[in-house]
Amino acid sequence: MTEAQTNAPGSPGTGRRWGVVLVWLAVLGLLAILGIGLIRSTQGPVGVGSKPDPFTLRTFDGVEYDTAELVGQVVLINFWASWCKPCEQEAAELEQAYQQFKDQGVVFLGVNYVDTEPEARAYLERFGITYPNGPDLGTRISQAFRIRGVPETYILGPDGRMAHVKIGPYTSLDEIVQAIRAAQAP
Amino acid sequence: MRTTILALMGLAIGAAALLALAGGAAAQGPAPSDDDVNAIAKGLYCPVCENIPLDVCPTQACAQWRETIRLKLSEGWSEQQIKDYFVEQYGARVLATPPAKGLNWLVYVLPPVAFLAGAALLFRTLRGWRRAATTSTPAAPLASDDPYVRRLEDELRRQG
Repeated sequence: MTEAQTNAPGSPGTGRRWGVVLVWLAVLGLLAILGIGLIRSTQGPVGVGSKPDPFTLRTFDGVEYDTAELVGQVVLINFWASWCKPCEQEAAELEQAYQQFKDQGVVFLGVNYVDTEPEARAYLERFGITYPNGPDLGTRISQAFRIRGVPETYILGPDGRMAHVKIGPYTSLDEIVQAIRAAQAP
Repeated sequence: MRTTILALMGLAIGAAALLALAGGAAAQGPAPSDDDVNAIAKGLYCPVCENIPLDVCPTQACAQWRETIRLKLSEGWSEQQIKDYFVEQYGARVLATPPAKGLNWLVYVLPPVAFLAGAALLFRTLRGWRRAATTSTPAAPLASDDPYVRRLEDELRRQG
């Protein structure tokens, strides 16, 4: 069999070669998907200086907050859950900070992570939390922020960029106040 | 006449009360058992406790979820309605069996495709080996003009 016959279109050799190419493409595609998944899972939370995609939070009271409309203000986003014991350590301090900053262009948003509404409402009542809180429907917000657990707090500066990230609970009101002041600073 | 009207009114009120009671009981139904709850819970996974089905997960979050299932069952929700509710609340990753959408298709398509491809490859390889064995030519006779062969034959002849 000559070279010309081997490469003739429609010949068994050509078909086999295309089959091999397709198999390799499929394997490479699968590896690419696995690689992307692996990179995503090891990326860690969004960092300081990054600009997270805007999101909408519908509170338990039915009010919607769109972070795209909050640019120009400092936005504190706190991820919490009623079953999370460390969240309780900072709950009262967060409310105190909210009372201190609510008239200074600082927006507090509580994102309730993987929780049930009755327990979440009971938690808010127990700690006297009055700033807007709502469920993370479909865990879309927590996935966008790539959170690893609760509590985690993110503070966006007036330019919409991440100014502060806190993994775990705040230990004092002063720590929260300093983080917000740093985010307010031009 | 008045007595008859009063009696009829009493009967009507009694019948209405009985109907209301029966209707209420039918809507409420019997309280869901742990088995009813776990039958649905075993098909769900809490994102916090990775790789632990909801029916055996010991955390507080999972206990709350199971109570939510119990509540929904007592309200007359079906298994599918409850699962849809959990997906809406917490995302599709709570399902033990991911829905066949988007990249999830790969989970359903790849294993059988890989199995069939492997079987086809094995079949072709085995067939190739068999063909090679049956079509293999017998060993060629020794060439008489080979000096070594000639020498060997001479030696054998001399000794024999």
